[in-house]
Amino acid sequence: MKCLVTGGNVKVLGKAVHSLSRIGDELYLEPLEDGLSLRTVNSSRSAYACFLFAPLFFQQYQAATPGQDLLRCKILMKSFLSVFRSLAMLEKTVEKCCISLNGRSSRLVVQLHCKFGVRKTHNLSFQDCESLQAVFDPASCPHMLRAPARVLGEAVLPFPPALAEVTLGIGRGRRVILRSYHEEEADSTAKAMVTEMCLGEEDFQQLQAQEGVAITFCLKEFRGLLSFAESANLNLSIHFDAPGRPAIFTIKDSLLDGHFVLATLSDTDSHSQDLGSPERHQPVPQLQAHSIPHPDDFANDDIDSYMIAMETTIGNEGSRVLPSISLSPGPQHPESPGLHSEEDEAEPSTVPGTPPPKKVGTGGGGRGRRWGRQQPPELTCSLCSSAHCSSAPSWPLYAPPRAPALCWLKTVRVKAEPRT
Amino acid sequence: MRFRAKIVDGACLNHFTRISNMIAKLAKTCTLRISPDKLNFILCDKLANGGVSMWCELEQENFFNEFQMEGVSAENNEIYLELTSENLSRALKTAQNARALKIKLTNKHFPCLTVSVEMLSMSSSSRIVTHDIPIKVIPRKLWKDLQEPVVPDPDVSIYLPVLKTMKSVVEKMKNISNHLVIEANLDGELNLKIETELVCVTTHFKDLGNPPLASESTHQDRNMEHMAEVHIDIRKLLQFLAGQQVNPTKALCNIVNNKMVHFDLLHEDVSLQYFIPALS
Repeated sequence: MKCLVTGGNVKVLGKAVHSLSRIGDELYLEPLEDGLSLRTVNSSRSAYACFLFAPLFFQQYQAATPGQDLLRCKILMKSFLSVFRSLAMLEKTVEKCCISLNGRSSRLVVQLHCKFGVRKTHNLSFQDCESLQAVFDPASCPHMLRAPARVLGEAVLPFPPALAEVTLGIGRGRRVILRSYHEEEADSTAKAMVTEMCLGEEDFQQLQAQEGVAITFCLKEFRGLLSFAESANLNLSIHFDAPGRPAIFTIKDSLLDGHFVLATLSDTDSHSQDLGSPERHQPVPQLQAHSIPHPDDFANDDIDSYMIAMETTIGNEGSRVLPSISLSPGPQHPESPGLHSEEDEAEPSTVPGTPPPKKVGTGGGGRGRRWGRQQPPELTCSLCSSAHCSSAPSWPLYAPPRAPALCWLKTVRVKAEPRT
Repeated sequence: MRFRAKIVDGACLNHFTRISNMIAKLAKTCTLRISPDKLNFILCDKLANGGVSMWCELEQENFFNEFQMEGVSAENNEIYLELTSENLSRALKTAQNARALKIKLTNKHFPCLTVSVEMLSMSSSSRIVTHDIPIKVIPRKLWKDLQEPVVPDPDVSIYLPVLKTMKSVVEKMKNISNHLVIEANLDGELNLKIETELVCVTTHFKDLGNPPLASESTHQDRNMEHMAEVHIDIRKLLQFLAGQQVNPTKALCNIVNNKMVHFDLLHEDVSLQYFIPALS
């Protein structure tokens, strides 16, 4: 693989790496025919991020040397980030950036051609080939909203930078509400300040969600994509479903697209049906099993559908039935024989497609998550009695209890290419 | 107990934000006292604070164009709340370009002070940010400890130099010793002294000016150059100085020999009194 980035795009690439560094510690670099993909996942598998840079983003792009298979590599995020650490420096002094993957020497070479004839070469060692693929489909999410990143940036401004989680939902009068989420601690005397931001429907280019729906996700991880989208002046779309199902955040322009898929807190309390609007748990239609795409063929993806084939290492030949994933909440029974074999490798789980049991105190990024059937409190938004407000942002909503991190991502191993 | 207030004037809002920033720097937790005419931020003389006391007072009608309160009872028409100062300053920070700010006492799952900010928005719809600051209502029996501290007759009363200068001097001195001597006389001279085994450092401020003496008789035959001094913990002085981001309208320092130093500041129309006791 060999590619050359020039001019302002070097900084864009750097910013993307900064964004990804907010999520995971390892970067999966995969040159594909339709672009260079940079992916990462966090340690608890509750967040996945992917940037795909189209060939036009590069001055030169060669996915693989002719005759050779496409190579993939996994490198330490810290190492790759150190090349692009100072964005100011990238902007001011770097003229070209050349990235090449040398299978023979097992080195990822990043060469920065700077002003005054200075050339900085970074030789990063990479680990064995693995393909990080996530299964998600924005089109299958019933709710979505889209707004310029600037609007969302302004929306999260009132929240403290240290805030871990935020709840996003639709309130009365189609107002979009963001509220800080704090884990309920029974014995805590020091309560945290609750901040809520309420925006009107007019701020959004598209709002397709019913009143009363809400999801809670990690704000820190979302900020990673948001800062990139703001600097690139792009629109950000949020596709979401019932609490517990992953939320998909996307940005797109002609040269690149980015996807951040974050787990959301699930609602495991059966009492939830009584609170909130009854339409919340409308069963989402089953995904149709797609015709089997070629494992490495991403050219077949249409714009809205990103079903990526799941492969297993067991007898990796021929066609495999895509697992159909039901998106309605609650435990689901496996419907595809293919799922069983994969689950054998994964951590023990009572129900395929749902997270494995997590012990108290564990979790990625030091955020302890626990099982617990807590009665969610009914929260109501503060009433605004100002004449300027078109409607009172009162929001009957319950805070879903904590759930363990979702393990809906499968890292699959592909047969390692024999090295010559 | 009820409390509702509203600020619509931008300048008042900024001033109130600056005051809350200052309070956040001076005291982690403080008491907010609400009475029909005034708002007070109080930090009382507890061992936990190292004996430091603070009394900040502002006239509510200088800030709020709407102000309604109902105290605990008719005879005790006041409300005493304990809150984390940083929460209030953070809530007010979002009100930079607000059209209106509302504060009210609410009880959403826990008692809180709700700060609601209506932002100026590009689009036709308004944006509203709401902050629920958790508070603790202080019972009436504890009110006696939170009254305005009695200012004893000072031995010396002097105007302070530019606080920024004083702060940079004290910051450097902190690296040498924790024990600072502040002394001043009625001749406009103020000294900050630290002393260790190896070194003594003194910074002299001259021509500061003294306010007119309260009672003529006791001080008439006083030696103008006689210094009144007090030994204090340098970190407390530094914390006080760090809280003064803006130059006050008036800044006075009162020293009671070997007992305490009392700072009396005026930020436009808000008065701040800060008491640092002598090291025992």
